[in-house]
Amino acid sequence: MKLNDLSEKLDLKAQTRIFDREISGVYISDMVSDVIANAKAGNLLVTVQIHNNVIAAANLVDIAGIVVTQGKAPAEDVVKMAEKAEITLFTTEMNRWQMATQLYEAGIR
Amino acid sequence: MTAADEVLLRERFRITGSDFEHGGEVSARIKSILKEIGIPVEAIRRLSIANFEAEMNVVMYADEATLTLEVFSNAVRVEVADRGPGIPDVEKAMEPGFSTATEEMRARGFGAGLGLPNIERNTDEFVIESEVGTGTTLRYRVSWS
Ligand SMILES: Nc1ncnc2c1ncn2[C@@H]1O[C@H](COP(=O)(O)OP(=O)(O)O)[C@@H](O)[C@H]1O
Ligand SMILES: [Mg+2]
Repeated sequence: MKLNDLSEKLDLKAQTRIFDREISGVYISDMVSDVIANAKAGNLLVTVQIHNNVIAAANLVDIAGIVVTQGKAPAEDVVKMAEKAEITLFTTEMNRWQMATQLYEAGIR
Repeated sequence: MTAADEVLLRERFRITGSDFEHGGEVSARIKSILKEIGIPVEAIRRLSIANFEAEMNVVMYADEATLTLEVFSNAVRVEVADRGPGIPDVEKAMEPGFSTATEEMRARGFGAGLGLPNIERNTDEFVIESEVGTGTTLRYRVSWS
C-alpha cells in the first residue's frame, strides 16, 4: 500500500508532504537501538519517540514513514529534517495499540 | 599487496560529544558515500547500524572522536577513536541491556544497552580498546563477496 492510500484510509495528519512510497510493513518501538536494528526498509514506524536522532536512524535504514502517536507534536526542525529525508511524517491522537489495530485492519501486515 | 587490500577511499569525520542536535549526521554522510560507490545494499545497512550506534555513543559518553572510513573492493573498515572517559569493564559494556545512560538520554529512547551488541551483530570483525580516563577506540569491518 502507498502512503497516500494509507492517509486516506486512516485518521492521520500529515506533517510533511506525503511522498510516493510503498509501505512494506510496520515496526512499533520507542527504543532507538531497537528501531535501527530491527525496522526494515520500507517499514512504517509507529512511535511516540520523535526527535532528530530518530529521523537520522529512520533515514539510515530507509524507513518509509513515521506515525507519531498520542497526539505528540514533532518540533519544527524535526519535521523539516523528515521532509528533507523524504520520510513522510504523520501524527495521530491514537495510541500505539489503536494505531496497530487500524493498520492491521487496513491490510498492512 | 593484493587488490583486495588496496584502499579505494579513506576519509575522516569528526564527531562531537554531547551534540545531540547533529547525532547521526556522520553516519548519514557515510551512507551516501557508500551508496554512491555502489557498495551492496545489505552491507550499507549493516554499516549504517554500526556507525549510528558508534556515533551516538560518542555523543552520549565521550568528548569527541575521529571516525576513519576505509573502503576496499570487498570490505569497509571503520575506526572510531574517541577522547573520553573510557569504559572500565568492556565485557560488561558488551552485555545486552547494560547501560549507564542518564534519565535524559533514556527519555529520548536511548539506553537500551543494545548499541555495542548491535555493532557486534552487524559486523564481521569488531574490536574495542579502551583506557579509563583517556578514551575508547572501536574498530569494525563489514565484508561482502
Ligand atoms: N565511547 C564510549 N565511551 C565511554 N563509554 C561508553 C562508550 N560507548 C559505550 N560506553 C559504555 O557502554 C555502555 C553500553 O553501551 P551501548 O551498548 O551502546 O548501550 P547504551 O548506549 O544504550 O547504554 C554505555 O552505557 C556506556 O556506559
Ligand atoms: Mg549506545
